[in-house]
Amino acid sequence: MTETRADVVVIGAGHNGLVCASYLARSGRRVLVLETNAQPGGAAATREFAEGFKVSSGAHFLTQLNPAVAKELALESHGLVPAARNLRTVALTLDGEPVVLDGARVQGVSPVDQSAYRSFFEQNKRFAKVLDGFFNRPLPRLVERGWRDSLSLMQLGWSLKRLGKEDMQDLLRVGLVNIYDVANEHFESPLLKAAVSMDGVLGSHMGPRSPNTVYGYLYRHLGDYYGMTGPTLVRGGMGTVGAAFAAAAQSAGVEVRCNTAAAEIVVEGGRAVGVTLTNGDVVRASTVISNVDPKSTFQSLVGYPHLDAGFARRVENFRTRGVAAKLHLALDGLPAFENLDGDCIGDRLFIAPSMDDIETAFNHAKYGEFSPEPVMEISIPTVHDPSLAPEGKHVLSAIVQFAPYRLKQGWESGRAVFLEAVLDQLDRYAPGIKQQVIAAELSSPADLEKEFGMAGGHWHHGELSLDQALMMRPMPGAHQYSTPLPGLYLCGAGAHPGGGVMGVAGRNAARVVMREENAA
Amino acid sequence: MKKYDAIVIGAGHNGLCNAAYLAKAGLDVLVLERNPYIGGATVSRELHEGWTYSNCSYVCSLLRPEITRDLELPRHGLQVIPYQGGVTFTRDGDYFGNFGDHERQYREMARHSVRDANAYERFSSDVMRQTRLIRKYLMTTPPDPTSLKPRDLKGLLGLAQSFTDMGEQGLLDTLRFWTMSIGDYLDEYFETDVIKAHMSGSGIIGTALGVYSPGTAYVLLHHYMGDVDGSIGAWGFARGGMGAVADALASSLQSFGGEIRCDADVHRVIVKEGRATGVALADGTEYYADTVVSNLDPKRTFLECFDESDLPKSVVHRARNFKIRGSSGKVNIALDGLPTFSALPKDSPLMMSDMHCIDSLERLERAYDDWKAGRWSADPYIDMLIPTQVDPTMTAPGKHMMTVFVQYCPPALADGPWTPEKRDAFGKVVIDQIAEHSPDFKDLILHAEIRTPNEIDNEVGLTEGNIFQGELTFDQLLFNRPFPGYAQYRGPVQGMYMCGSGTHPGGGVMAAPGANAAREILADLQRPSVVPEGYLDD
Repeated sequence: MTETRADVVVIGAGHNGLVCASYLARSGRRVLVLETNAQPGGAAATREFAEGFKVSSGAHFLTQLNPAVAKELALESHGLVPAARNLRTVALTLDGEPVVLDGARVQGVSPVDQSAYRSFFEQNKRFAKVLDGFFNRPLPRLVERGWRDSLSLMQLGWSLKRLGKEDMQDLLRVGLVNIYDVANEHFESPLLKAAVSMDGVLGSHMGPRSPNTVYGYLYRHLGDYYGMTGPTLVRGGMGTVGAAFAAAAQSAGVEVRCNTAAAEIVVEGGRAVGVTLTNGDVVRASTVISNVDPKSTFQSLVGYPHLDAGFARRVENFRTRGVAAKLHLALDGLPAFENLDGDCIGDRLFIAPSMDDIETAFNHAKYGEFSPEPVMEISIPTVHDPSLAPEGKHVLSAIVQFAPYRLKQGWESGRAVFLEAVLDQLDRYAPGIKQQVIAAELSSPADLEKEFGMAGGHWHHGELSLDQALMMRPMPGAHQYSTPLPGLYLCGAGAHPGGGVMGVAGRNAARVVMREENAA
Repeated sequence: MKKYDAIVIGAGHNGLCNAAYLAKAGLDVLVLERNPYIGGATVSRELHEGWTYSNCSYVCSLLRPEITRDLELPRHGLQVIPYQGGVTFTRDGDYFGNFGDHERQYREMARHSVRDANAYERFSSDVMRQTRLIRKYLMTTPPDPTSLKPRDLKGLLGLAQSFTDMGEQGLLDTLRFWTMSIGDYLDEYFETDVIKAHMSGSGIIGTALGVYSPGTAYVLLHHYMGDVDGSIGAWGFARGGMGAVADALASSLQSFGGEIRCDADVHRVIVKEGRATGVALADGTEYYADTVVSNLDPKRTFLECFDESDLPKSVVHRARNFKIRGSSGKVNIALDGLPTFSALPKDSPLMMSDMHCIDSLERLERAYDDWKAGRWSADPYIDMLIPTQVDPTMTAPGKHMMTVFVQYCPPALADGPWTPEKRDAFGKVVIDQIAEHSPDFKDLILHAEIRTPNEIDNEVGLTEGNIFQGELTFDQLLFNRPFPGYAQYRGPVQGMYMCGSGTHPGGGVMAAPGANAAREILADLQRPSVVPEGYLDD
């Protein structure tokens, strides 16, 4: 058994852990990051899933990467190269023209819908600006507040007021409601409504009719405010992103140790003072930061004996039911989608014919069943990045909903049945695709939990519903990145603002750590 | 023709309450009602000879005690009889009972789960904390967060203060409570299906949402924030049926010199030079007043009673998009005797209160899935009561009246319009569900009135049959109710006001919207206020 010393130890080399580590290392601290897997990056990963075929095995697009983080960490010079930027979103259909969203522009709908979408898009961009202000800081404490909290509150209040009366009224009105009603208020085209509501429900245990899905939509469209009109596809897959974050961290002086799993957080005198590894080694540090999801952090790494009962109950009640499965196909050639223009094949494709179809697909997940007719977000990265597959072959990556974490029949026997349903659905939209499949892989939320260590296989590390968002995230007592255990902090997607490759949670956490250490 | 000081459109309980306060302040008030009877959805009607039905609203708790006192409703005949009990039957022949006695209640819960029995104390005090917070704001006009007027700023600061008083964790818990689903909220406390099912009904009654839809935990409060005789959360029967509430309000109004005219169907609010000056009836009669108050829901008010050109475009747009989907129906039944329930001993006190037949959250959520798809629930949530056990005035001795609230039932069906056959099929589902737990029930039925949202819309005048005059979702609560910028009871036309459940604090037989609107009207007329404000009891 050996003992290492560091100023800060970060558990998990997900992108937020690396971001947090980078900022702390730049401030002169000695930072060590521990990673269970062989590669850093967490769910920003590329993996060979069939011989010669590679795919982004977790997230497959960059949609909301914070530009300040990207710039401060010089991610581009550390190897983050886009293969395609500002992808369009195409809502596929079996009859008629697909709906194509390209920034504020939309094709395949009536002129009325076109102008309605433009003003919808522009207004959401103004909302995204406000949201960006909420995300780019540790949110203030509301009651036990110091001068910094009061200042922050005033700034946030001012950012709302500055929207003007009409926008502010609208934001306060729609902020808590469902995307179903909002889409119905604005648009006529069922396909456009479905495309809009997909962005409200992707990754969430919610259907379009669930309140809170407007928040989900705004969250996903944060990139609009950063000037991206659509998602970015990264050369080499999302693993490049993970590698770039790791390279940035290393150049800041961070030591990243892969194949090194944390077993538990060492608690002495009611303080987190280090981490014990699965091999028995100990890393001692005055600050321990967990990039692991909050549930696993408190349940397994800390353990309830070190927490009071009320807080342990909150941890138990934190909802982490993932519903998104990941489909990876190795294809013999480029699939042909019904009614789809050839030049759109590399864009973001939706199979979601109507809001009611999405809702019906969701219904099943509530009862532990998978959707017999699932909805999906599809990417064929090889259109822009042939390096992922042998010449002439292609890779299809799709987020498939809804697949409950706890399937009643069990995923062992359910996986193959669900894969068949998914392929059937794909085959309806791209006839013949089944014959093109060389290899297929379907990761259920339970598989994703295993692969990336995220509780429930939830890519936000916990449901992004409003009762678990903003200053409530992940749970009262552990909000604002610090936890009931002095010396232990959270920096992952389970902390404010949530998941998606943004880097903001890690950056905010670093700020809090520095502030609290300076105060001590 | 005679000019009144104020005209109120609609003699629902809020219209009557509003009119009574205005009359009490010395105004000359006229209430116009389309139906031949008053009350709106607060009525007692003899629809089968010898049986009086509370055929819409059926129980009483939310009616603000300060209004009861001010308008002297007991002197005008209102008597509320508190009841206790309540039961949810399970598929396996057992039940979960609700007892007034604390110890007895603990034993009943522990019979199902000791863990749940122990959690109940925590649950009750947590919910009571939320209840006390909201009760403060029932008899107030919501402040406008986008306004910089001193009054609104003061209101917002007051709101901030009462949040601050809860402490950091208390405040965060409140924000969580307001945004959670009732299903998730109950899952945090309880493990037993039937206990969760029993308690979740209050989160969805009258709401077009399921038990797992975020925001439904808050709806729970709309069933907890009332009181009977100072006992918070208690419910009671109005002696003689819910019409007794309307009758007492009307009698109080008349004692102050107010007038009520039935069979008077208001067709238009007359607007001259941007001011409301009166109303015109469908038959052409016109009545004039400088103040016109609508007790109708926002859609009926603005889309049917106004010339579109008299309204700002934004209001027409908001009214069109106002969410008022009906989610419930009613079955009112005349019974030849008291039914027996297989799970309960004869004359069990549990029968005195709400009885339910759905024993799990999954069944409740599936009932909602049917509604979303445009069907009535094949396995609906019902809230059934037999008030004649304690109220002898509604039918002959030995006979009984049963009121059954049913959810979910959509205002529009996916397979075409409502027909009498479909309505009866909906009623049959309800009766079959009850008969599953009561073998003699079907034989006792003498008459049944079946009401879908369609009947409630056409007969009562609640658009789409929504019992709250608009859904209780956050985009339509507090300063957003009914529309942003119009939540302080003033309409978009000078001299025009709103006083129905479509305004803050929303539906239920509470009468607070009517009273709050009267306070604003009197302020505009620079009359001394006779309407209480804020937190007067506890």
